[in-house]
Amino acid sequence: MNLFARIGYPTIGMLREVGAASLFAARAARACFDAPMYPGQIARQVMRIGWLSLPVVGLTAVFIGAALALNIYTGGARFNAEQFVPNIVVLGITRELGPVLAGLMLAGRVSAGLAAEIGTMRVTEQIDALTTLSTDPFKFLIAPRLIAAVATFPLLVLVADIIGVMGGYLVGVGSLGFNGAVYLRNTLNFLEAGDVMLGLTKAAAFGFVIAVMGCYFGFRSKGGALGVGRAATNAVVVSTVLILAANYVITSMWPS
Amino acid sequence: MSVAGKPANGPKLAWVGVKKRLGGRDVLQGVDLDVAAGRSLVVIGGSGVGKSVTLKTALGIIPADAGEIRVDGEDVTHADTRRRAALMAKFGMLFQGAALFDSLTVWENIAFRLIHADRMPRAEAKARALETMRKVRLAPEFAERYPVELSGGMQKRAGLARAIVSRPEILFFDEPTTGLDPITADAINDLIVEMVKDLGCAAVSITHDMASARKIADEIAMLHQGKIIWRGPAADIDHSGSAHVEQFVHGRADGPIQAVV
Repeated sequence: MNLFARIGYPTIGMLREVGAASLFAARAARACFDAPMYPGQIARQVMRIGWLSLPVVGLTAVFIGAALALNIYTGGARFNAEQFVPNIVVLGITRELGPVLAGLMLAGRVSAGLAAEIGTMRVTEQIDALTTLSTDPFKFLIAPRLIAAVATFPLLVLVADIIGVMGGYLVGVGSLGFNGAVYLRNTLNFLEAGDVMLGLTKAAAFGFVIAVMGCYFGFRSKGGALGVGRAATNAVVVSTVLILAANYVITSMWPS
Repeated sequence: MSVAGKPANGPKLAWVGVKKRLGGRDVLQGVDLDVAAGRSLVVIGGSGVGKSVTLKTALGIIPADAGEIRVDGEDVTHADTRRRAALMAKFGMLFQGAALFDSLTVWENIAFRLIHADRMPRAEAKARALETMRKVRLAPEFAERYPVELSGGMQKRAGLARAIVSRPEILFFDEPTTGLDPITADAINDLIVEMVKDLGCAAVSITHDMASARKIADEIAMLHQGKIIWRGPAADIDHSGSAHVEQFVHGRADGPIQAVV
């Protein structure tokens, strides 16, 4: 095989996959606004995708907040700037680490779960069965998961922000000798609404990416257990990369 | 007899020169097939010849590359999503593995179309589901169970109940007896015959199981290399005059059909 073919075939394949995923995302987004809606399905997915993700997001946030406080204290001590720990913790958590780390954890939990669930439905012909029962799989399966992810991820990140800041507070007050009231006052005084809004906007975008990629790879899976496993792996890997890319794009476009 | 205002002598469902290429292979190379209301057609053929693809082209799950799918004489090959959903009200399908929804109970599976497509109140839909369970001889105590708690035969019965609950005009059966013991398979065959007669619908089944084909078919067609190579009354299957059909019916490795191993 010559050099052009070696480069060309994978490139064309990748472009075809990007095109297919984009069309899938557009169709999924449109299905969220088209009747009929399935409120029961949306409520069920809010519970599964949102509520059941709280423990993993909360645990991630508390340890990240605590470790961040320790690192900032160590670094700040080199410039006699230890007092900035609360300010930098809240900024780092709300603008960056809260949404990104929650997004990465949810890429593992939610995206893989969606790909495995929908992939199993695909290979056992349950999705074909939906069609024969006069039900559009995009409206019944995909749209409720997409709506649930986009709606609940900002709430999860808001919780992660609060828990992350409290992780920093516990270390700051418990180990680093900060006064509790001063720590909280500095945190609140330094925080701006725009910082929180940036994090929540990222969370909604990550929710979209995670739900679409999980559903997309599940929907296209074939070949039994191996195909479903591959779909779950691809969903996590692609979601993770897209989250990090989207994080950069949103941060760079956000008015400072 | 007339169904949905159409004359009984026209085909209820027809494939006209349907072609489909999948994975670089011409799976269907011009399938011509039709079935009238009240008739049961069984399509036989080896593994991988495109029997399931044939059914799925009629349902729009796999779009045909060429040719036409006609329902009551209307070309529905390129029906849009909305039209397709309305059209599906005429169809019922029993899938090979039953394809019951894991997350729903048996009665919710059976009543799925009634609740989600027809927007019937749940209590009324449940009553209809229980009545249909009785028809397919699935005891009502299984109504609240999940599919995973049922045996293969019970899952087929539940799948059959889901297919017939809204009294479709066209019924598809994809390998209805695969994976079942001979006694359960025969019970499913009896049910299929009974349900098709009861509904007066057009039925198309695909199977490798000749005992099943003999029992449920008015007519049998054989699909080979993407085309229908023989079609005739079920009673003629043992003297078809086709070497392909004879080899298949008698399950011989030697003959014009090459075994796929």
